[in-house]
Amino acid sequence: MKQNGAPLPSPLGALLVRDLKIGRRIGGAASMGVLFFLCLVAITPFAVGPDLALLARIGPAILWIAALLATLLGLDRLFQADAEDGSLDLFLMSDTPLELIVLVKCLAHWLLTGLPLVIASPFFGLMLGLDARALEGVAASLLVGTPALTLIGAIGAALTVSLRRGGLLLAILILPLAIPILIFGVAAASGAMAFLTPFLVLCGLTLAALALTPFAAALALRNGAE
Amino acid sequence: MQIEASALSVERGGRIIFADLGFRLEAGEALRVNGPNGAGKSTLLKAIAGLLPLAAGKIEIAPASEVRRAELCHYVGHADALKPNLTAFENLAFLAALLVTSAARPGVAAVEAALERLGLSAVADLPAAYLSAGQKRRAGLARLVAVDRPIWLLDEPLTALDAPAQAVILEIMAAHITAGGVIVVATHTDLPIGTADLALGRAAHR
Repeated sequence: MKQNGAPLPSPLGALLVRDLKIGRRIGGAASMGVLFFLCLVAITPFAVGPDLALLARIGPAILWIAALLATLLGLDRLFQADAEDGSLDLFLMSDTPLELIVLVKCLAHWLLTGLPLVIASPFFGLMLGLDARALEGVAASLLVGTPALTLIGAIGAALTVSLRRGGLLLAILILPLAIPILIFGVAAASGAMAFLTPFLVLCGLTLAALALTPFAAALALRNGAE
Repeated sequence: MQIEASALSVERGGRIIFADLGFRLEAGEALRVNGPNGAGKSTLLKAIAGLLPLAAGKIEIAPASEVRRAELCHYVGHADALKPNLTAFENLAFLAALLVTSAARPGVAAVEAALERLGLSAVADLPAAYLSAGQKRRAGLARLVAVDRPIWLLDEPLTALDAPAQAVILEIMAAHITAGGVIVVATHTDLPIGTADLALGRAAHR
């Protein structure tokens, strides 16, 4: 074997770079999520009416629901694209554990979808008349909460990997699981209670999802490969 | 490298695809699996690759090692595992990085050499979406050259390839056998390289 040339990157590094490239080149898994987020936030005042006090009060909840739906967007393709073109078979045949592959794919999805939402949320919060304290709360709670949404969604994506139109089923499967994240996320963001307690619970939920998801999703993918 | 399968039986969706199938391959031997459509050729290859569970029977590889069977095998199925918006080079470089198991990681040069061997140098920087069916097939087969694995499981490797490309693939297969590798190939065409034959008889419809 020829030894010249730069060595190939590690499998997981190569996977992260690949998924980020694919997401960017389609012309935006990332920008698509943020645009959808913007649409939801922008139409809410038309539905609720121009009551600035009311908007400021329900603003954190609107931002969180919008973030949840924007995260769901495209999540059904997280593993399905790889299953259809045969890449998943090769993941199973590599010496890299499938659990780590799942984690790296979740990281790439969050960097493309979740992180842009976190960065955009203070600006969209301004559109809903949130004060400075609430803007910080929304951004901080989304920063620690959106990874949990991606991770739990990945379990649903793995379960529906072999279904052609699995997107709706995915939403039905994971929305109930996302309720605790939504409750504590909005609680931390709106400041109805003290900020710290719900924020720490939210951190705990994200860590639990981080620990559970790789195994659950990998198990689903192994059985779904049949 | 020697592979022996005995009393293999595979079920999919509650139906037995084939049962009580056996074969034995020594280093440097190739097996051609043929049979009518739906006889279970692809299922057999996937089962050997460890992608489908065996309902019965066992597959043994000698010399025994701690490495999983799947990590010794190259599986090239009907899907090419190419991402349409990555270039041919990026696709192959990723697959090589994913699949290589040896401690000495091959360099980018190995990927370029594999693309050149398959005659894809000119289109290496094109997104895979723009490649023709035959070029996609060649890009999928290029990982056989880029990453060194002893057992090759090839499902209709010559489909969509023109005559010169078919000749190149057959050369690569012959070289692999000469080097002591093992090939199981499912195909309807006769191969000029020496192979044992395994006929899967039963058609799927009944």
